[in-house]
Amino acid sequence: MRELSIYIHIPFCVRKCLYCDFLSFPVQEGQRTERISSYGNLLKREIEEAADRYGDYQVVSVFWGGGTPSLLPAETLAGIMETLYGSYRVVADAEITIEANPGTVTADGLRGYITAGINRISIGLQSTDDEELTRIGRIHDYHTFLETYELARAAGFRNINIDLMAALPGQSVSSYRKTLERAAALKPEHISAYSLILEEGTPLYERQDDYRFPTEEEDREMYLLTDAFLSACGYHRYEISNYALDGYECRHNKVYWQRGHYAGFGLGAASMVENVRWSNPATFGEYEAYTAGLGHGDGDTDGDGDADEDGRQQEHTQKAGSYPARQVLTREEQMEEFMFLGLRMMCGVSPAEFEKLFGRRIEDVYGDVLCRLYRQELLVRVSDRIRLTARGIDVSNRVMAEFLLD
Amino acid sequence: MAAIDQSKIRNFCIVAHIDHGKSTLADRIIEQTGLLTSREMQAQVLDNMELERERGITIKAQTVRIVYNARDGKEYIFNLIDTPGHVDFNYEVSRSLAACDGAILVVDAAQGIEAQTLANVYLALDHDLDVFPVINKIDLPSADPERVRNEIEDVIGIEAQDAPLISAKNGIGIEEVLEAVVEKIPAPGGSADNPLQALIFDSVYDSYKGVIVFCRIMEGRVAKGTSIRMMATNATAEVVEVGYFGAGQFIPCEELSAGMVGYLTASIKNVKDTAVGDTITDLNRPCAEPLPGYKKVNSMVFCGMYPADGAKYPDLRDALEKLQLNDASLHYEPETSIALGFGFRCGFLGLLHLEIIQERLEREYNLDLVTTAPGVIYRVHKTDGEMIELTNPSNLPDPAQIESMEEPVVSAEIMVTTEFIGSIMQLCQERRGRYISTEYIEASRALLKYELPLNEIIYDFFDALKSRSRGYASFDYELKGYEESKLVKLDILINHDEVDALSFIVHADSAYERGRRMCEKLKDEIPRHLFEIPIQAAVGGKIIARETVKAMRKDVLAKCYGGDITRKKKLLEKQKEGKKRMRQVGNVEIPQSAFMSVLKLDDK
Repeated sequence: MRELSIYIHIPFCVRKCLYCDFLSFPVQEGQRTERISSYGNLLKREIEEAADRYGDYQVVSVFWGGGTPSLLPAETLAGIMETLYGSYRVVADAEITIEANPGTVTADGLRGYITAGINRISIGLQSTDDEELTRIGRIHDYHTFLETYELARAAGFRNINIDLMAALPGQSVSSYRKTLERAAALKPEHISAYSLILEEGTPLYERQDDYRFPTEEEDREMYLLTDAFLSACGYHRYEISNYALDGYECRHNKVYWQRGHYAGFGLGAASMVENVRWSNPATFGEYEAYTAGLGHGDGDTDGDGDADEDGRQQEHTQKAGSYPARQVLTREEQMEEFMFLGLRMMCGVSPAEFEKLFGRRIEDVYGDVLCRLYRQELLVRVSDRIRLTARGIDVSNRVMAEFLLD
Repeated sequence: MAAIDQSKIRNFCIVAHIDHGKSTLADRIIEQTGLLTSREMQAQVLDNMELERERGITIKAQTVRIVYNARDGKEYIFNLIDTPGHVDFNYEVSRSLAACDGAILVVDAAQGIEAQTLANVYLALDHDLDVFPVINKIDLPSADPERVRNEIEDVIGIEAQDAPLISAKNGIGIEEVLEAVVEKIPAPGGSADNPLQALIFDSVYDSYKGVIVFCRIMEGRVAKGTSIRMMATNATAEVVEVGYFGAGQFIPCEELSAGMVGYLTASIKNVKDTAVGDTITDLNRPCAEPLPGYKKVNSMVFCGMYPADGAKYPDLRDALEKLQLNDASLHYEPETSIALGFGFRCGFLGLLHLEIIQERLEREYNLDLVTTAPGVIYRVHKTDGEMIELTNPSNLPDPAQIESMEEPVVSAEIMVTTEFIGSIMQLCQERRGRYISTEYIEASRALLKYELPLNEIIYDFFDALKSRSRGYASFDYELKGYEESKLVKLDILINHDEVDALSFIVHADSAYERGRRMCEKLKDEIPRHLFEIPIQAAVGGKIIARETVKAMRKDVLAKCYGGDITRKKKLLEKQKEGKKRMRQVGNVEIPQSAFMSVLKLDDK
């Protein structure tokens, strides 16, 4: 039976972080319950109506992302999980993650999540330096994080991720080292460490000149330190930015890179099933209209409709009544994705799998590129896999761009 | 059609400084004589090419025949020959003038006489044309017709007291101009009974008719069936059609005879056979000798032109071939650059000509071009006595084999208001100019004469001149000859590889400065690679300047959230797209723009 991963998007937060350009909206406390509960109903409807399409799939992971999903009261979340359990085949050992921000959870709430089936929690710490946290507009300090972490352990979470960020404004190599040390000392099962990327349109981008950002040398030092330090602590890097203790790699994360099937529910959520990509509407009004129309036969989102050129249009350019617009990936696009997504994994890609999927030898498609990258020592072939070298990881953007076909 | 009375023909042109209203006056004349209604007029009928209209300059000579009913009650045939208006095309101008019997001198009522006005008037007087002035733009608030009248008399020495005061733009005084043409421009001489002697002053290629030759019949007659011979190129052909010029169209007629201006076609395949300035005669009844003044036009400025996309090489070749059909002064030959691949070394009359060709290739033929720094023809005297005319710096022999080098020098005349004399003289000094003289035209304006190396003025001299005189200086030049000079080849090494397309010849004294600026500029143009890239300028193997493009340390994508990979892919695509527009030299990718940036080296 084919495997399916499910992503559920919660587009609410207490306050928008200054670097954030994800699809999320701050909601005042007074309106929160009402907004969340009506959004929850839309989610339930969407999940329920899509179920028929996934009759042949078993759900191996669920990921509640945001925004701040931990703003969801346990009973609301439990209600949606029930819908999911009721209409999908969820395997017994499915990995079910919720993202949580420090200070937004209670002991009861966390226990409620566990009761509802959540078995992994990802806590956004970013830094243990309070000034750094303030500068990027986080709602919490290090102390609050510690409380949340302890609450999660106490509630019974046996699989915790901590999110960290490097290259923050005002961050030094030594403060970053401290963050790593403190995070690792807690012995979470999983640590994510991303470099801050200034996205256009975010407040931090606009005021970047007001801050001292780490120099390129410092940025690189932090970057090297992450791998060196976390390895020494027993974490292994399985993806460019993700580290885990043995047995705790994030199953859901890997699905994106290994091109598994995933269905996204909620505002703006992205899906990829059987080489068709689509994204939900990104405004509440459109999303509501979309969910309302489901089940009335006026949506063609099931991936088996007309696989013509129209399907290649990106979202937001849809024709009336066929939202969301689907992108049917061509063979070439599938090969490109196989390479540039797969190479994010430290284990790399398998030429044998490539040949099995696409009926062509990887050398016939990418022979020149591979040779060049081997020669530049950015890629290496080890036994039956092709993966990035340490240098290749540093400049992975460059490497991946090479795999786009003309 | 009744035979045309030779005494009722007027062949004339309009000479003016650029922007003084030459084309506008031509338009008004055509409109006033009723050849076209104003509705049919596209602004500036005679400037045909889109490019000409945009730049407000005339590139190809245009000619139109109009009928004017004069105040004396008689009907006159006017042949108005519009000449190119730029120093690059001086030879074409001179041939167009030779086809005329007189000229209208247009002078701007506010600006007065400028360097180019003088150059063009002298050119007209040299051809024994009767020149009469008109003062244009009298409607401008700053117009000072009396001052300009006196200036014309003082500086040029032609009668200007009864010069018509006109506004071509507003159609004021046009009839006066037409009457003056009747009165002041002589009827053409020559006899239809003499052997054929016709001057070629332009030609265009037409895919149906072949070359259409624009000519002025000096003596004799020509009609369909006449066997003709071009006396300089020795090409022969049989005339298929003769005619005259309507506005924007060719109107066939029975014959062209002495005094007439018109065209002929003879299934000629290439404009090279119908060189401007050549004399057409009757193969069976030739004239005694050709008309004076023919010369072969030589390219003055050379550069390499390469398609940005190497696969477009055949397209570029086809486009150049087609442009050359219409432009005998465009030269090109294939060349190969290690950095840029297959392309052409092209020769032009001057920098404007180069720019025009480049723009036409890009617009009309949709080609994306990489152009190398323009250069002139250097004469290299080798120790073994051989002399090489060098058009491509890469072909410079080993320094040990070079006895001496010469570069072309021009005599330049710069008209400038006195307040800017200092800054213009400084500019000329910077460009290795040799001061000749200052002549005061009037109290506030002077004519500076300098001798300047051509290679110092082909880049941006004109722009610098304008900016240092707030637009008031005007400039004209002609080739004086070759002079020995201390020249060196400046090489650029990128990651220790010499990039042939970036080499150029420069005076030894400015080599260091130019090399340093090149390196700085290239440092900004070349993106960071995975390794450090030294950029060096060298003369004769000796490094004189260096910059370094630091290595790219890290380039990692951000989080890809919730499986939405669209943005990630866009980023990768952008990177890949950027790379496509790069040239590979060794293992360094150099953006196309880097090759062009050296053209703008003198920007401060």
